[in-house]
Amino acid sequence: MTERRVVITGLGAVAPGGVGIEQLFETVLAGGQSVKPIELFDPASFPCRIAGELVDLKASVHVPRSYRKAVKVMARDIQIAVAAADLAVRDAGITTVGIDPEKVDIDSGRLGCNIGAGLLCADLDELGSAVNTAVTDGRFDFKLWGREGMNNLTPLWLLKYLPNMLACHVTIIHAAKGPSNTITCGEASGLLAVGEATRTVARGAADAAIAGGAESKLNPMGLLRQCLLGRLATTGDGDPGGACRPFDKAANGTVIGEGGGLLILEEHDRAAGRSARIYAEVAGFGAACDPEGVDYTRPTVGGLDRAMAMAIADAGIEPDQIDLLIPQGTGVAGEDAAEASAVRASLGRRAESVPVSPLTGGFGDLFAGAGAVNLALAAMATHTQTIPPAVNFESPAEGCELAIARQGVKAQINYALTGGFAVGGHSAAVVLKRYVP
Amino acid sequence: MRRRVVVTGMGCVTPLGHDVETMWAALLAGKSGISKTELFDSSTFPSTFSAQVKGFELPEPLAASGKHDHAGRHTRFALAAADQAWQASGLGASDALDPGRTGIYLGSGEGSLDFDNFTSLLIDAWSDEGRLDTVRWGELAFERMHVDREQEQEANMVVAHLAAQFGVRGPAFNILTACAASTQAIGEATMIIRHGDADAMISGGAHSMIHPYGLTGFNRLTALSRRNDDVATASRPFDLTRDGFVLGEGSSILILEDREFALARGAKVLAEIIGFGSSADAFRITDQDSAGEGASAAMREALADAALSPSDIDYVSAHGTATKQNDQVETRALKVVFGELAGKVPVSSVKSMIGHLIAAAGATELITCVLAIRDQVLPPTTNLHTPDPDCDLDYVPNAPRKAKVRICMSNSFGFGGQNDTLIITGAREA
Repeated sequence: MTERRVVITGLGAVAPGGVGIEQLFETVLAGGQSVKPIELFDPASFPCRIAGELVDLKASVHVPRSYRKAVKVMARDIQIAVAAADLAVRDAGITTVGIDPEKVDIDSGRLGCNIGAGLLCADLDELGSAVNTAVTDGRFDFKLWGREGMNNLTPLWLLKYLPNMLACHVTIIHAAKGPSNTITCGEASGLLAVGEATRTVARGAADAAIAGGAESKLNPMGLLRQCLLGRLATTGDGDPGGACRPFDKAANGTVIGEGGGLLILEEHDRAAGRSARIYAEVAGFGAACDPEGVDYTRPTVGGLDRAMAMAIADAGIEPDQIDLLIPQGTGVAGEDAAEASAVRASLGRRAESVPVSPLTGGFGDLFAGAGAVNLALAAMATHTQTIPPAVNFESPAEGCELAIARQGVKAQINYALTGGFAVGGHSAAVVLKRYVP
Repeated sequence: MRRRVVVTGMGCVTPLGHDVETMWAALLAGKSGISKTELFDSSTFPSTFSAQVKGFELPEPLAASGKHDHAGRHTRFALAAADQAWQASGLGASDALDPGRTGIYLGSGEGSLDFDNFTSLLIDAWSDEGRLDTVRWGELAFERMHVDREQEQEANMVVAHLAAQFGVRGPAFNILTACAASTQAIGEATMIIRHGDADAMISGGAHSMIHPYGLTGFNRLTALSRRNDDVATASRPFDLTRDGFVLGEGSSILILEDREFALARGAKVLAEIIGFGSSADAFRITDQDSAGEGASAAMREALADAALSPSDIDYVSAHGTATKQNDQVETRALKVVFGELAGKVPVSSVKSMIGHLIAAAGATELITCVLAIRDQVLPPTTNLHTPDPDCDLDYVPNAPRKAKVRICMSNSFGFGGQNDTLIITGAREA
């Protein structure tokens, strides 16, 4: 069966260092360091006290007036997604009902949505306020909770934290009534979502889709969980901006970032027909898993070598044709080494020379938002024919001897590869192709 | 010609049985899996009951592997269900098995919170100013919380455990589109095989929200039945007296394969997935679109994907949650799709007996469709005694029915408005 071509016509990014893809790409090209001491809560008792925070996140400006009341039932993850979707849709020049109800130019039923999400954490102050009304002798009292305590939670409490609410609010705001999904596979989520949505458009189940991922782990539970996993850098007090050092000899952990990226995927003829700006074509997608991933005490990259090889094959090209790799590059030393090894396994001799731009060091590990933000940046790199520079890289860690891009340079980029992986052992990869009309 | 996708194995752990045949016999006997919640003290909750998996332990060979010592409750359900499906399919023992061409696509929920520790922290780190003292919280959390219990809550860990158990390396996804998740997982897994990215997929769902905050959340939404005085009949889909759904838990897993691949290795084909449709209401997070536009769009997409018309459908396994709204909207959507045929095509909701397994509901219901075709019998909607004027279709009330069943449609609609529909048929000669 012949498949339809799918192109990227809109980019929406919300990440430390930039709200909007232009601003974020500018920060990335300048090697910006956006990791700072945590301000959202007091992390004094945690071994890691730095993060890439969206200090000025204002979701309401990205929500139509008629829907603004709903912001109060949006967890932070949802707010990020809603903002990124608004930016992406506007960037694509598509008019949904959320942009202007009078000038809608897309068929609702043909607009899909596929947003990767994480494990949303209840607001601990909100839940704690209710829980502490049901305490007897210092312990939680189930009977009191059932009778009275739980009534202190707003009726819609549960809906703030369902992972599918990222997609649900976005579909409501933009009247995206086509196929809709919520992928929950950690950092692999965003690339899996884009890959799946691309297939959805390619086979004709939709003409366009809002796809990517978003997450915020910037709450005590999220920070605790990553600390317990031992993934976080613990030496950043003096130099937070330089703490996350993917592939670098001095790498000693990642830092949490919060953010999200959403892309507008569009069937090629539709995009060309309306003379849309086309950033790149989605040329290939691959995904894999690793049975060893269940043991999260050991760093794994979830079969990333096979996901990348599959994406390259799906694009119908050879590894030698890849001109840029944006890796996940978490800065966790074991993960970096495993990722570098996956790059060598999938790219063969091309691994020695392909420019690699690890960008996570600038804004932190964005979890479900990671792959999509990296992919959005890969689309910008392809569109502007510019290789972005690695952040916080001086000399390679053992096993990480890749051609890390030390400076931003103009270059011919025909194909760009982005890979991602999650604790638990899943991976995904997407190949973008330069668009020439 | 597109690749055709067949079902070659099924397994489940549910409130009505820890394997497919036990569950099916219970459903045909009209049994109820609903009882007072025993997992914790919910005696003063607005709803004091649920559909629990009782007396379940991870089968010995799985437990003995040492890979699942920390697995959460729903992961254990999924391991047992998947192992049944895997064994039944014969794929694991087949020379044809290629781990890199075998993937996993689940609609599994998050794991249960480490409730006691999590809640004690909220109490012990609560400041006099009426807010959380995050410094104190952190000090105590590092003493009390366990990395295993935290990591196992991540929604992708069920996939991780299944990959470890069966040694598969292909594409792996977990999705969480609320109550639609496992129907959507099976649909998307079908698309992966059709596209040629895998020859076989382990697909389905697992979930347990029968924990204090899960029941709290649904209680606060007033989505649950409060029929505390008659819990066995509390789930009353399409009945005038229905007052909400009954929270259940469990897992159902199916092995999907490319038909040619399955036939070439001599597998027994149980059913074929012939249609999938997905849509979004894009309406409200709290309510379904009352016109049923989203629900009917998913059904129409599935029919179009299967190249069928409504008259080809012999049975619809309804989402049928027994909330006031769902059953009315679903009925309306069925009328939109089926037109004059609505009322003639039988529709039933096994949630009347087994409860609402949330993310695992759709896969469980799809298994009942496969069995309906195998045995030429429709499972009933029990507890349907008082007709609702707004729900006036043939819901197969109260008793199973012998019927000619070739093609079934199964619906799942998620909280928030994500809708999914699958269409299956039995094994076909050509």
